[in-house]
Formats: sequence, C-alpha cells, structure tokens
Amino acid sequence: MSAIVANDLACQRGGRPVFSGLGFSLSAGQCLLLGGANGSGKSSLLRILAGLLPCSAGSLTWDGAALDQDPLHHAGRLHYLGHLDAVKPALSVAENLAFWAGLQQGRHGEEALLHFGLARLAGEPARRLSAGQRRRLALARLIAAPRELWLLDEPSVGLDAASREKLENALADHLAGGGRAVIATHQELGPAQAGRLDLNAFPPRHPDREHAW
Amino acid sequence: MSGFLRIAGRDLQLAYRARGEALLAVAFFLLVAALFPLALGPEPRLLTRIAPGILWVAALFAVLLSLDRIFLADREDGSLDLLYLAPLPLEAVVLAKILAHWLSSGLPLVVCGPLIALLYDLPAAAYPVLLAALLLGTPALSAVGAVGAALTLGARRGGILLPLLVLPLYIPVLIFGVAAIDASLLGLSPRPQLLLLAAFALASLPLATVAGAAALRQALE
Repeated sequence: MSAIVANDLACQRGGRPVFSGLGFSLSAGQCLLLGGANGSGKSSLLRILAGLLPCSAGSLTWDGAALDQDPLHHAGRLHYLGHLDAVKPALSVAENLAFWAGLQQGRHGEEALLHFGLARLAGEPARRLSAGQRRRLALARLIAAPRELWLLDEPSVGLDAASREKLENALADHLAGGGRAVIATHQELGPAQAGRLDLNAFPPRHPDREHAW
Repeated sequence: MSGFLRIAGRDLQLAYRARGEALLAVAFFLLVAALFPLALGPEPRLLTRIAPGILWVAALFAVLLSLDRIFLADREDGSLDLLYLAPLPLEAVVLAKILAHWLSSGLPLVVCGPLIALLYDLPAAAYPVLLAALLLGTPALSAVGAVGAALTLGARRGGILLPLLVLPLYIPVLIFGVAAIDASLLGLSPRPQLLLLAAFALASLPLATVAGAAALRQALE
C-alpha cells in the first residue's frame, strides 16, 4: 500500500525551530487535518510537503521514495493552496483559471467554475471579486486539474456556508477517488473519520541552546 | 501549448492590460533624452557627439522602472509558489519571464530609439546601427535585470537595492552600445562592437536563467 510517511520531521524558519519529532502516515483516500496554535508550524508543514521548503531533519517518503528525490515529479502530483489565492486582478475569472489549469495540464476548467458557482462570473475581471469569490476561484484549480495530493492551508477562510459545503463535496469526491488531502484548519472541515495531527504536540527541541555558549 | 509559452503569454497579457505602465516607461525614455538639449544648449555638433551616450543611459533608466515587476507581483499574490510547482524547470519559468519583460519593456524602447536619433539629428547611416545595437543590447538588460529582481525579492527596500545591484552589470551593454553608434558616426565599421553586444546577450541569457532560478529558490524559503 503506497503511503506518504513522515518520520521524525523537524522544521526551522529563519534559524528559529518551529517543530520537531513529527511523524504521520497518509494512505490513499485518507485526509489529515492539521491543528495547533498560531505559529505551531501548520503552514510550514504544508510547504515542506509541497517541496517549497526543505525540512531541517527527518525523512519524508511517498511509496518508499524520498519526496525531494524528484521535485518536478512530486510537484506534478499535488495541489498547493496557500493563504494567497494567486489570482491576477487584471485577468478575468475564466482567464485566471484557464492559465493555471493549462499550466497544470487540467481539462476541467468549466466544470470547476460550475462547481464553485463561478460560471456566471466567468467573464468578469477578477478585481471585482469579493474575498470569498477569489477564494472560490483558487479552490476551482483543485477540480480543474485532478491531482493525487491536496495541500490546503485554511481553505475555508472567507467562504459562506454554501461554498463551504461545495468544498466539502469536492473534498469527499477527491477522497472517494483515492486522493489524499492534508488540510490546516481551525474550522470543522473534512470527513468525520479524518486523521488529526495536533502540531502543539511536537514542540521544537533546542539542540542549539546547549551549544550556544 | 507548452508551459513556457503559457507563462510568457500570460505575462504579455498582463502587461497589455496594464499598458499604461509600459507607455510611461517609454515616455520617461523620450523625456530624459529630450532634457539634455535643453540643459546643454542648442549646439548641433555637441549634441550629435553625446547622442549615443544619452540614448543608452536613458534606455538603462527606462528599463529599471519595470524590473521590480518581473517577480514581485507574482510573489505578493502567491503565484510564485505555483509557478515553482508547475511542471517545468524553474529556469524555464525565469526565461519565459525574461522574454515577456523584453517584449513588453525592451522592444518599445528599440522602436522609439529612432525618435531620439531624429531629435539629435543623427545622420541616416547611424539609424540601422542604432536599431541593431538596441536590439542586441536590450535582451541582456532584461536578463541581467531579472537576476537582480529575483535577488532583491526578499529584501526590504528591494526597490532601492535593485538599481544599485543591476546598473554596474549594465556597464558592458552601455560601453559597447555607445561605441557601436559612435563608430558609425565616425564612418567606421560598427561590426566588432555589435558582435560584442551579441556575445554579451548570448552569454547573459543562459547565465541569468540559472542565477535567477537559484535566487528564486532562496527567496521561496
């Protein structure tokens, strides 16, 4: 069974340790919810999983192969959705989605706009969108190009109840199809049986402090 | 369509939507060049003598205006993370950005170069050389500038640091670009200078893609 396995993972940002000794395993069809206080390293963990940030210690493997062995291949099987929406105000809603979907070799742009209720706004310049609508446009990328692993950082921020349900539906479809998801969230999200990882439980060790003198 | 063309195409589309900015850079280019005759007085021989230098210095400054845009906007709205994760090497992303920057900021300067030659009453023989020098020199300005833009991404006050970093690296383009036009004004062959400009452009493009990609990786962390 192919699984993403993190073992004794540690992270530093700007020389400051964020977490250490973190481990989990994620199989196909599973969802992992990241919890923990602000600054506990949820976003950093997602960036590490995406290959945007190196971990300072530990190992991270998918099906036994290290994630950083072939970064281009790894990048091709994941969606990363950070705090920022990567939406260009000067382009229309459809143009924004078409660019990313095209780059990520996805063909389901229209379907994605429909799912998140953006079809009516397709021709509007993205600068006219509200924050929640922009978020929905960013979420539409998930559907436009199917990927095995979703890495979502507070995906439901700014969404109304109806849109959150659409996100839940998309997530359920994704998991049912054998996809995986790692989601940092403070809100209730994802299936009830989703795994939970509390980053407060992995405070950084301070190896440097002993040698600081 | 390949990812390279998509990225370059999107940047051109964005530049076209914000075409006022490109026009401002061109207006700046023409205005700087037009100020010198007012400052130095209407002495035709002096003006012809200094025209090549003024043309190039004005072009360098005009290019500087648009450099910070190359990566900063993409970083601020989160696009840079996604470009990094796109299924093509980061070097190709940088090259696409350089190409789009040259087409949207460098090429308009090439097109307007003859206007400045007209302003300074350069002889007809100088026009083709001037166009060739600008065509060969401006891609290098975009390439070197993209490295500077990538390097200063993480820096506070990067906008001030960028010209200080990039202008010294523009000196070879300035020297050979001016020398080529000077040579044609003196009735000599501008060939060696143009070849050196071409060599600088050809060397700077691959180097800039590698260095720019390395700088972007640093900036992402």
